[in-house]
Amino acid sequence: MEMQFHIEGGDFSGAGTASSEVKKVLKQLNISPMIIRRIAVALYEAEVNVVAHAFSGEMTVNIESDKIQICIVDEGPGIEDIEQAMQEGFSTASDKVREMGFGAGMGLPNIKRNTDEMKLSSIPGKGTTIEIIVKF
Amino acid sequence: MLIKMETLTLKQLVDDLGFVALTDETRLNRTPESAYVSDLLSDVMGKAKENMIWVTSQAHKNIVAVASLKELSAIVVVNERKVSQDVIEQAEKENVNIIASERAAFETVGLLFDYLNS
Repeated sequence: MEMQFHIEGGDFSGAGTASSEVKKVLKQLNISPMIIRRIAVALYEAEVNVVAHAFSGEMTVNIESDKIQICIVDEGPGIEDIEQAMQEGFSTASDKVREMGFGAGMGLPNIKRNTDEMKLSSIPGKGTTIEIIVKF
Repeated sequence: MLIKMETLTLKQLVDDLGFVALTDETRLNRTPESAYVSDLLSDVMGKAKENMIWVTSQAHKNIVAVASLKELSAIVVVNERKVSQDVIEQAEKENVNIIASERAAFETVGLLFDYLNS
């Protein structure tokens, strides 16, 4: 089963829409609540990253019998140093974004902690791609 | 012998502590399990547990998505922070309870701590 979502950069009030939709579908498929919660956290953080940093992004969700695979490709500034971006507490978010309680440098570590596989790649000046897998 | 304990509801907690429900009161039937205090959304996403009450001074729309995805029992917005109508409407739509406390975070959390541990 495949689902597609468009994420608009800067659209904070829309952040979480894709995560909620995916969560609803996973519930209908009777996936364990603990696994659904992990996926919801990872997806929300990934969505917020696009909203807070990129111009726009496309999310593709593939649900198979034994796992969920999510790929988000964004157009945006990209990440210069991925290792640094993965460090807990590191953030390049604007003051405005931080005032809302985002940009604490916990998003990417939260994604890593809640997924079985996470691949992050980026071309600075072009965009970032994140691929995650959670096994059921 | 089994002693049947009366389960605490959010409604009871709101009445006892003098908080105000901003969303539909009839939905305050959930049982809160402990609480989590933070104004950082990713902190809540990472560490809060299902059915917890989330105490925060953030009052924008994104708190609804966080509470809904994490299945928190309620958000307690502290310090008389204004919660706008569109946030309340969003919460109603997603079955999220928003409660207002006129006290600052420290006092609110102190009250909750004593109440939930008694």
